[in-house]
Amino acid sequence: MDYFIELFCSGLSRGAIYALIALGYTMVYGIIGLINFAHGEIYMIGAFTSFIVATVLSILGFPLLAIVALSGVAAAVWASAYGYTIEKIAYKPLRHAPRLSPLISAIGMSIFLQNYVLLAQTSDFLPFPELIPDFEFMEPIAHIVGSSDIVIFITTAVVMAVLTYVIKFTRIGKAMRATAQDRTMAMLVGINVNNIISATFIIGSALAAIGGLLIASHIGQINFYIGFLAGIKAFTAAVLGGIGSIPGAVLGSFILGLTESFATGYVSSDYEDVFAFSLLVLILLFKPSGLLGKAETQKV
Amino acid sequence: MFSLKTLRTGVLISLWFVFLTFPLMVIKVDPLERIIQWRWKNALLVGIGTFLIYLVVQYLNYRKEHQPPAKVEDTKDQVSFIHKFIADPIQRKLLFGGLLVIAAIFPFVVSTYQTNIMITALMYVVLGLGLNIVVGMAGLLDLGFVAFYAVGAYSYALLNHHFGLGFWEVLPIGGGLAAIAGILLGFPVLRLRGDYLAIVTLGFGEIIRLVLENWSEFSKGPSGISNISRPGFLGMELSLEGSILYMYYIMIAFMIFTIFVVNRLQDSRLGRAWIALREDEIACQAMGIDKQKTKLAAFSLGAFWAGLMGVIFAAKTTFINPASFTFLESAIILSIVVLGGMGSIVGVIIGALVLILLPEYLRALSEYRMLAFGAILVAMMIFRPQGMIATVRRTYRFQKK
Amino acid sequence: MSNPILQVSGLTMDFGGIRALNKLDLDVHAGEIVALIGPNGAGKTTFFNCVTGIYTPTAGDVLMTRPGDKKPISLKGLKPNYVTQKGLARTFQNIRLFSKMTVLENVMIGRHCRTKAFILGAVLRNASTRREEQQIAEMSYSLLEKVKLADLANELAENLSYGAQRRLEIARALATEPHLLLLDEPAAGMNPQETQALIELIREISSDGQAILLIEHDMKLVMALSDRIYVMDYGKKIAEGNPEQIRTNPEVIKAYLGEDVDA
Repeated sequence: MDYFIELFCSGLSRGAIYALIALGYTMVYGIIGLINFAHGEIYMIGAFTSFIVATVLSILGFPLLAIVALSGVAAAVWASAYGYTIEKIAYKPLRHAPRLSPLISAIGMSIFLQNYVLLAQTSDFLPFPELIPDFEFMEPIAHIVGSSDIVIFITTAVVMAVLTYVIKFTRIGKAMRATAQDRTMAMLVGINVNNIISATFIIGSALAAIGGLLIASHIGQINFYIGFLAGIKAFTAAVLGGIGSIPGAVLGSFILGLTESFATGYVSSDYEDVFAFSLLVLILLFKPSGLLGKAETQKV
Repeated sequence: MFSLKTLRTGVLISLWFVFLTFPLMVIKVDPLERIIQWRWKNALLVGIGTFLIYLVVQYLNYRKEHQPPAKVEDTKDQVSFIHKFIADPIQRKLLFGGLLVIAAIFPFVVSTYQTNIMITALMYVVLGLGLNIVVGMAGLLDLGFVAFYAVGAYSYALLNHHFGLGFWEVLPIGGGLAAIAGILLGFPVLRLRGDYLAIVTLGFGEIIRLVLENWSEFSKGPSGISNISRPGFLGMELSLEGSILYMYYIMIAFMIFTIFVVNRLQDSRLGRAWIALREDEIACQAMGIDKQKTKLAAFSLGAFWAGLMGVIFAAKTTFINPASFTFLESAIILSIVVLGGMGSIVGVIIGALVLILLPEYLRALSEYRMLAFGAILVAMMIFRPQGMIATVRRTYRFQKK
Repeated sequence: MSNPILQVSGLTMDFGGIRALNKLDLDVHAGEIVALIGPNGAGKTTFFNCVTGIYTPTAGDVLMTRPGDKKPISLKGLKPNYVTQKGLARTFQNIRLFSKMTVLENVMIGRHCRTKAFILGAVLRNASTRREEQQIAEMSYSLLEKVKLADLANELAENLSYGAQRRLEIARALATEPHLLLLDEPAAGMNPQETQALIELIREISSDGQAILLIEHDMKLVMALSDRIYVMDYGKKIAEGNPEQIRTNPEVIKAYLGEDVDA
């Protein structure tokens, strides 16, 4: 039973991380209908930035709390800056191009960013500083639930709550929903669509960066290639929940996290990644609109 | 040409990029030794580089805006020089003959090492032409092309290892198995919309690679299969140099064969259907074209070519492992097609030669190879989606009635 | 009297909770020009999409009797390409040409479902494939002559003027040798001269015995060409008859002007 709970908890924290990344995919898709292939790289850059800042601060002798706060902020700021810039360079000029053009551009961006980090930093795995300590009060159940699982879960819950508030009740959130529904109409009622698209990229990137920080400190190492797999898995989660749907992305992420956790725990860990890819292929084949998504009808 | 305002924007953009790249480009930390390295020179380089790129882009935009817009009658003048040159039958024969002679004597003029590089380049030409059928003509973005390449390579490696089958026997088998894999995958996935198709084929490519890595009883896992036989010549075992020479001529013959086939497909009933499908699926179906069948033909034909090249790859390197079949390999082949010009045969050939040979000869560049491939995909989509050499449709002549 | 070429009965199409078509009946006989008119959003294009297999109708049937056949065949639920193969070709309201192909090639695509060559034929280019290609090109060219686009045969379709693109759509549809030609607002966006030329073109096509069903807003064109007219509003048929009857039908005037003229 302990083993089951252990797997359940690690599945939840896994799902929480996927959710942070999947939201970026789903929000961008909802608003401009693009699979932002470079989103996994944003997550990787977020993790790298927090790694660099945290290491510098720890060498300079800052206290742990300051390191956590500052590296988290730095990761979010820089990842957002990258997200914003990428949209301006690689996607904005292609807004009226055939559908595959921005996708190819996104793939190019993803390859570019991977190799940029590889060249600017290193191809080796880097040890990530432990930002989440083992809490004392967790001692009695530490063999079942790790402290970082709890932190990941709580952070994600808070972030989700804030995001839901922003999208539901703020001006910018309403403008986002309007733009997602009908871009031309949104423009006609005076919404600055370019700004809304930029805002979507910035929010999505910041979420991915927080995910990057959490998972890197959980696993304890990073390299330039971590974005590819995490990106594909989060994308799988977004599609599973119904791409374009925000609650769908969260639901899909938890389902994917839990199934992966149980599959590796009870079956075999060799095919952990094959599992996610197969799931992706199967959903797209049998229910491309996902669990909570709307089926698209083509206009003729 | 550059107003003060443009220059000021340029400086601001450069500063933004200096900020953007600051943590990754300037700071480098060694967490074990606890050393921080500040590389301020990089910040300067990023700033200047961004500014220069910005000026070039502004200049190109300026030229584009100040050129008179092309009229219908002018479109013939826009046809690339190469296409104009080979439109004349005598010039065409001379050019092809000349190229053939150069190709034939090439390995005797250069070293074995360079012949070897040329073989690789030719392989990418053929792979590019194969993917061009799928992406360029039929408009199906296949990101798992490398999976079919792997099917071909492993077919030869395993059949050679277990049953001692030779290169020429496995060549059609490898191509055939890859084509069957293409049909099996294509049957369910070709219903999907373009961008989903891209992701599913990517997923499929990764599944194949991960299975090859983990199913050790079948594929020997990450350590791969070594001592694969090189192709024998009339039953003789060739020396290393002899077999490289032989391989080279096989590739030349193969490339000519591929160009011949793709060229004929391009202007056939099927080729037209592919291009129409790429342009507008609904109109295509309304014209009586069976979408599924037409897409499947393109997909499996592309897979067939990848399979053939896989067999050749295994025979050339005599060693394969799953690391040769990553997504990046698919991305390289895609870059070739995109750079050269989607649907354009001449473009893809030139694209492959440029992208594969340039980094080989400019060693300093080879480190930046993948970086450049990524940048090429983005830049081509934005500035020249038709590629270096745009495709030209066949013109027909009729007697006026 | 023989069976009509197209016989639509009780055609109903629901999108979610919205009924776009409500038990629509419509016939087209050999050699006729029939028009389907109605205000914007009446469901005319939905009707075309249901008949040509782009949508599968919720209820009702679409029957086609080809010349020489005794019994009608049902087109309901067939994929669009099979519908075309059976002998029903269409044009699109928002022009859908293959813009990166030449004008001639666009028409050649229309010959696809009447020809056979596949991979082997394309690669070997044997005698029968060459003959087939020759016939495709020649027939396509003569269709271009018919719609007066022969001079532009080797231009890219995207370079044509608007009116020329509409005529090319018609030539492309004719290339499939349809028993019934469906035209979706062929005069939309045309100036009066272009419309007049189009009226003559449709008349010429019809004089070869071609049955035509068209959706149109331009009343001049509808009244000049149609043998019979169906009027739709809110997914329902509200009137049917010859141009004279329709012109004076109070229901129709009400639907178009949105007020009660009897009052």
